[in-house]
Amino acid sequence: MAPPAEVLAIRGLSKTFPGVRALDGVDLVLRPGEVHALIGENGAGKSTLIKVLTGVYRPDAGTVEFQGRQVSFATPLEAQKAGISTIYQEVNLIPLLSVARNLFLGREPRTRLGLLDFARMNREAEETLRTYGVRVDVRQPLRTLGVGAQQMVALARAVATDARVVIMDEPTSSLEPREVETLFSVIRRLRDAGIAVVYVSHRLDELYAVCETVTVLRDGRRVHHGRLSELSRLDLVSTMLGRELGEVRAEGLTKFSGDHHAADTEPVLEAEGLTVPHKLHGVSVSIRPGEVVGLGGLLGSGRTETAKAISGALPIRSGKVVVAGTSLRGGSTPGAIRAGISLLPEDRKSEGIVPGLSVRENIALAALPRLSRFGMVSEARVDKIVNTFIERLRIKASSPHQKVGELSGGNQQKVLLARWLAMNPKVLLLDEPTRGIDVGAKAEVQKLVDELAEDGLGVLLISSDLEELIEGSDRVVVLKDGAVVGELTGEDVTEDTLMRTIAGDAPATAATKEVATDG
Amino acid sequence: MAEATVRTAAPLDKARILQWLQTYGVYAGVALLLIVNIVITPHFLSAENFRTQAVQVAPVIIVALGMALVIGTEGVDLSVGAVMALAASVLALYLGYGLLPALIAVALFAAVAGLANGALVALLGVQPIVATLALMVGGRGIALVMLPQLEDLHNPSLASLGSGDIVGVPYLILIAAALAVLIAFVVRRTTFGRQLLAIGDSRPAAQLAGLPVRRVLMVVYVVSGLLAAVAGVLATARLQASDPTSLGNLMELSAITAVVVGGTPLTGGRISIGGTVAGAVLIQLLTATLIKHDLPPSWTQIAQAIVIVCAVYAARGRGKR
Repeated sequence: MAPPAEVLAIRGLSKTFPGVRALDGVDLVLRPGEVHALIGENGAGKSTLIKVLTGVYRPDAGTVEFQGRQVSFATPLEAQKAGISTIYQEVNLIPLLSVARNLFLGREPRTRLGLLDFARMNREAEETLRTYGVRVDVRQPLRTLGVGAQQMVALARAVATDARVVIMDEPTSSLEPREVETLFSVIRRLRDAGIAVVYVSHRLDELYAVCETVTVLRDGRRVHHGRLSELSRLDLVSTMLGRELGEVRAEGLTKFSGDHHAADTEPVLEAEGLTVPHKLHGVSVSIRPGEVVGLGGLLGSGRTETAKAISGALPIRSGKVVVAGTSLRGGSTPGAIRAGISLLPEDRKSEGIVPGLSVRENIALAALPRLSRFGMVSEARVDKIVNTFIERLRIKASSPHQKVGELSGGNQQKVLLARWLAMNPKVLLLDEPTRGIDVGAKAEVQKLVDELAEDGLGVLLISSDLEELIEGSDRVVVLKDGAVVGELTGEDVTEDTLMRTIAGDAPATAATKEVATDG
Repeated sequence: MAEATVRTAAPLDKARILQWLQTYGVYAGVALLLIVNIVITPHFLSAENFRTQAVQVAPVIIVALGMALVIGTEGVDLSVGAVMALAASVLALYLGYGLLPALIAVALFAAVAGLANGALVALLGVQPIVATLALMVGGRGIALVMLPQLEDLHNPSLASLGSGDIVGVPYLILIAAALAVLIAFVVRRTTFGRQLLAIGDSRPAAQLAGLPVRRVLMVVYVVSGLLAAVAGVLATARLQASDPTSLGNLMELSAITAVVVGGTPLTGGRISIGGTVAGAVLIQLLTATLIKHDLPPSWTQIAQAIVIVCAVYAARGRGKR
């Protein structure tokens, strides 16, 4: 019996939510071993399409044929059992269970007595994960792993459940270049095994590296489909955005304007010898007003930790942080904020926004004490600040009273930026400021960072998006295993030098400080 | 996006109804019970009856106000009943020095109890249910060590606090109403209230935004302790006797019920003070209705259970963001 030519065929799929037509007659056909890019801006309908496919939503119209049979999954579990696995943007595992148990959840090996066979489970989990480049103690709770490693566990789990179609929703958003390579080799393995992959990502490099075919969605409709190699990057972007080509070209692919003119002034931030047990080993960074300093390095190199240590969110064992001449007491977030340091955290959803509060409350949150008199909030002053920033940052919300949790990722990020700008900071620490937000919002955030630096703020930029890091930064401090291994300046700020510095085979030409002394 | 506006899809309407129920259901319930009672219960529409009901519910409301703040931070305070008993004991012990010194002593004890809860939760990171369970058990024990049995109190000032009134409105009701207005103001209009809600909704985010998380949590538990003490003093004043054995028994459950039925979610980040007051009134009216119609007390408990289940069901719709 010949395998069906199509493993998955979606025809005329429509889904309407009150006030919004999320999908409008969308077609998508997948053949075994096809790696298919599904792209579109936020709100284009990608998520809805995935959710209809995996049984989270019921379609209003249209059919889904899977392995030659018409299907309609009622729950994600049903879809998974039938052979459609999904890796979501946010890892969907159980943080308190061990890594091995997460990997085997629902299909645990059992002993003859019907008890869980932990020995076998741990052994097999270790072997499986090693092929994904993850070397961890599989008996540890999942939450002790970094986000990237957790995602690999989720992926390994999906593949292990005999999937015929694997849907990856921004799988690389928290992965490092090295891990991305591992992921790609896994995808190629899936492809060779005849498994079809739907790959959702905002990163063009990755799409071209791994995908064969492409479907572009815009406003719930399919606006393009075909072979990816026949579509240039610029065409892809303009199709996605629905703008004229000339316009896109004129704006470039990132919104960064290039170098800033950081005067040869005193640094606004000097962090020296930051040490946090097991995480940072004497990291030093300094930023001058008007300068964007990038923090490069792999996952676990200590970038997020450096930002958190500077902002007081992570207690330091030794080292010091000086802001505009004033020395900070370590381990105090309020103290750091008062001194003028603002941190935009990596995990926007759980550490940034307060989802149940309104846009207005979220913007005013950090500045509340200075918007109050005798402990009572001055609504007029709050309104003034909130309106100023909604306008200045072009935050799109139905009203200032809309819950932040209901906004798109890009707008949530702008709300957070507004929260900090309302504090008149001297230094902005941006940890993955454009992760998981659509191309349009990404460009706006990048442009904003530029403007802020121009206004004299010192900016520390952390980004796993190399293009963004390189184009956005005037200088890049490279971290490896919790220590500074090099610094790129001027002409050397290129992806190539950065990767070679990380790999350690090209000593950076500029000042190489604080070479790692231990693991 | 807006051009293809299509309205009324069944599942979302259900969510909207649930949301309405969570916010306003408690008021509708109170109104319904009032109407039913006016029709079927003889002598219900008398000033005397309203006075009795209100005096009975006042201590519950006062405790529930503190509980609402605690629940707003995604916590819970199980020790409120024990703190009421503690207040009764301390009051009896120090009443010899006069009412005011005794009240100051009660306030100090209650503040210390609240600080203990707050320290466990805010500084040591103990889960609120466990932290306050310790004082729930231990607090009543301490109260009984200080005052092993019921003691009649003969203090005219205390007696007038318990049974006095201003133009026919008992002090108890005035105090409960004033406290409700004060707490509602704190929640809505003060920096502290805003910070409290943010901490309840997302503690990591509040922390990174530089909010004084520990201080706010400490204050919340101290306020809860102080309000429980106020309720303990008022209940003791009404009884004209200090009864640490049974005063405030199961009060933590009544208070939590009032808060939850009133539409404040246990997941924190949102507080409805009006709803909390109405929640306490709803349970009081329900109990009174069943008792007046000579139904056994077990019916009251079953009816309460049904109300709680309804409230929790309505809260489900909101929980999913």
